[in-house]
Amino acid sequence: MSSIRRTLDERLIFEKSKKGRRGYLFPACDIPIHAQNKPLSSTYLRKITPKLPEVSEIDTVRHYNQLGRKSFGVDLGFYPLGSCTMKYNPKVNEAAASLEKFTEIHPLQDTSTVQGALKLIHELTGYLCEITGMEWGTMQPFAGAQGEYTGMKLFRAYFMQRGETKRNNLIVPSSSHGTNPASAHLAGFTVIEIPADERGLVNPEFLEPYLNDELAGIMLTNPNTLGLFEADIAKAAKKIHNAGGLLYYDGANMNAIMGKVRPGDMGFDVVHLNLHKTFSTPHGSGGPGAGPVLVSERLIPYLPVPDVVFDGNNYDFNWDRPQTIGKVAGFNGNFGILVRAYTYIRVMGKNGLKRASEIAVLNANYLRVKLMETYELTYPGLCKHEFVLSARRIKEDTGISAMDIAKGLLDLEIHPPTMYFPLIVPEALMIEPTETETRETLDEFADIMISLAELAYREPDDLHSAPHTTPVRRVDEVLAARKPVVRWREKTDPNLIHP
Amino acid sequence: MNSYIPHSEEDVREMLLAVGVQEIDDLFSDVPEELRLKRDLNIPEGLSEEEVLSLMRKYASMNTLGTSYLGCGSYDRIIPSAVSGIVSLPTFATAYTPYQPEISQGVLQAIFEFQTMICELTGLDVSNASLYDGHTAAAEAAAMCFNQRRKSQTLLVSPTVHPFTLKVLKSYFSDMGFSITVLPEKDGLPVFDSLPDYLDSSLAGLFVQSPNIYGLLEDYSGVADMLHDEGALFVISSDPMSLGMVKSQAEWGADIAIGDTQPFGLHQCFGGPTAGYIAAREKLLRKMPGRISGQTVDTDGNRAFVLTLQAREQHIKRERATSNICSNQALAALATSVYLSLAGWDGIQKAAELSYQKAHYLAAKLAATAGLSPAFSAPFFCEFTIDFTSEERAGKFLDSMKKRGIFAGVHLGSLSQNRKGLVTIAVTEKRTIEELDCYVESAMEAVNE
Repeated sequence: MSSIRRTLDERLIFEKSKKGRRGYLFPACDIPIHAQNKPLSSTYLRKITPKLPEVSEIDTVRHYNQLGRKSFGVDLGFYPLGSCTMKYNPKVNEAAASLEKFTEIHPLQDTSTVQGALKLIHELTGYLCEITGMEWGTMQPFAGAQGEYTGMKLFRAYFMQRGETKRNNLIVPSSSHGTNPASAHLAGFTVIEIPADERGLVNPEFLEPYLNDELAGIMLTNPNTLGLFEADIAKAAKKIHNAGGLLYYDGANMNAIMGKVRPGDMGFDVVHLNLHKTFSTPHGSGGPGAGPVLVSERLIPYLPVPDVVFDGNNYDFNWDRPQTIGKVAGFNGNFGILVRAYTYIRVMGKNGLKRASEIAVLNANYLRVKLMETYELTYPGLCKHEFVLSARRIKEDTGISAMDIAKGLLDLEIHPPTMYFPLIVPEALMIEPTETETRETLDEFADIMISLAELAYREPDDLHSAPHTTPVRRVDEVLAARKPVVRWREKTDPNLIHP
Repeated sequence: MNSYIPHSEEDVREMLLAVGVQEIDDLFSDVPEELRLKRDLNIPEGLSEEEVLSLMRKYASMNTLGTSYLGCGSYDRIIPSAVSGIVSLPTFATAYTPYQPEISQGVLQAIFEFQTMICELTGLDVSNASLYDGHTAAAEAAAMCFNQRRKSQTLLVSPTVHPFTLKVLKSYFSDMGFSITVLPEKDGLPVFDSLPDYLDSSLAGLFVQSPNIYGLLEDYSGVADMLHDEGALFVISSDPMSLGMVKSQAEWGADIAIGDTQPFGLHQCFGGPTAGYIAAREKLLRKMPGRISGQTVDTDGNRAFVLTLQAREQHIKRERATSNICSNQALAALATSVYLSLAGWDGIQKAAELSYQKAHYLAAKLAATAGLSPAFSAPFFCEFTIDFTSEERAGKFLDSMKKRGIFAGVHLGSLSQNRKGLVTIAVTEKRTIEELDCYVESAMEAVNE
């Protein structure tokens, strides 16, 4: 039997198309023929026919279920992807978000008919402010990167208002998420990278050369991407503020510190949160997420419009914010994601949120201790919610890289850690277990990681050629980039990849 | 105890021991004492699943639904039943961005198919995995225009694009030394007479929308040639449902097509999540923002898919990246792919035709029986606009209709100051003739109140 191969599964939906098949029938037109309108003038009429698949409902359902089987999610297995906080996505969040009176409301309905939605947004903003120590915020940004961009626009508006047009220098540590410098640059700032000190931390002394009237501020995540708490943050904040600059907090790592320490108390002026990380909303294989932005008092006037306000009786939109940066979303951001995050916060409550961070940190440290002998810990000591191992020694001894270890994990149905990030650790494997994983899962993962390291010394070829059991083997990324094929075209022979 | 955190007290004790500390707080000893939060968060105590569901039902019940004629970027359209089951599949819903292609072929293939469908609908060559929404897609398209022409400073914008899209464009670019210049408007349409005045090396491109904010279809004959002769780009935003009937962006000569796929299988959900779409000519591929799934082969020579052209992206390029976008609206894009697979081209044409016929039926009946004639004479697709001449009269009409359970239209005055009294009415394939007749009867009463 093993020589018989099923090929039907491997077709694209377009290759399953057969003329005349239908997956859905719209109702017949109930407007009487005599009352029907004439067709449009040919100036406006479409002439080219798009090639959409013609498939039945069962074809469609099977097609996507088959694709689903060739993917991997948190619901299937351990996903210790560093900086991504792949915690369990509670199903009650989905139940709440699929209530009809949430899913069927229109963004431009009269506000008297969406009081529940506005109340939820208003209260969620308040809770997120309490968790971060900020004063108010906007729920518009769709993702963390857009939150960063919004934050940079707020920086800009603040300095413009004060006439401080020279403030263009924005500092980011070399360990920062790649979106930080990209967002700052796109918002028009000059990015200055500062190195980590020997502890892996931002050293306030390194800020000295930039503390002048050209300083806009700094973007930081704390704990940083090494999983280390920036112990000198208060000192750094003071220096930045004294020089007239602002501090931006990248909330990607908020899962480490809820209820323990708050960005606002550390001195940050703008915070974004990733609701799809810390607040348990599903990642959706790349979105939709949500990246709310919270600010300190002095930046409130610049927040996007409309604001959601409560007068004691009713909720409403308020557009009256003369210094606003404007809008960063067409409507209210990813409202469906806000409902999920709100539900999560209400289930967890004040104690549950704090407990989540405590156990996330416990899980990370437990794994760190188990793995730091086999792999290298470039920056030793207590970590927060994640830590970064280096496979440098294994690579030098055996030729097996962090990538090979990751591919070995795929065969064992474990999602690999984040690889080759942060850039300051060679052969980096960044591990974030999250609080929702049991000790047994962590024990098994540690055993597997140790076994993979042993395998690297014993039978490196086994890892070089991994994965062996996945739907495809290692893929040729260079070919994909050199000769981009980003769409199917009719009459393309599936065996002829690059005609 | 919390059902999302599985640790027993014994687990915690033993794990602390393994780490070499006494208690949980020791794990936070690196946080300076003076920064630590020394009180509880001011957030209510946790709820059980049953309690939270009951609370959420209460919040939901504070929202009201009506027979909806609201449009302007979000529509009450038919969603086939098969869509929701597929977008809840755990390997789509609970997966991260497909960084590990070997275990993400399903997601990557779905994105590749989505890209193909968007290319087919718009008539353009290349597309991506989706953007946040149709409005931010306009900003990303504008960035492509500025990037492809060095030293360009001006984006011309039609006055009849969605006012919120214009707000997003201004937020993104007006503090960056770029000019967002709005063309004049007449009879609900942009006036292109002055276009030649702007044709110089500072022009990045022209951005228009059809159907426009009033629902009107715009005629772009000759526009693309003028722009291309100068070296500027042409960007057209369209409600993708209209593409089931009217000219695609490529047929008008556009270089970039954008919009929002909400009409294709996505709930209105107070405005999100939806998915922005973008497609462009081949030569702009490497300027395109966001994730792109590309076809390649694996080591056995089998067809495979992978996120490609990542060298454009921020995790490699950092501050030299041309966009900061590192996610998309994958699950929303998946809903659109499933919708388009089920409907097929035949279904999209049908839904577009139904919307067109029903909208025109309602417009004609309102004009004939309630004295409510469309404000503009240009052809429309499924939305038309009535001028109530004042904010008060428009408000009174909409309130009166609301009392009858009908969300009768969007008051454009609530979107932009200079459109007070104008109400845009959207009719989709979902509205029945009974509902349309009920609208007309209610409107006759409402205007006479």
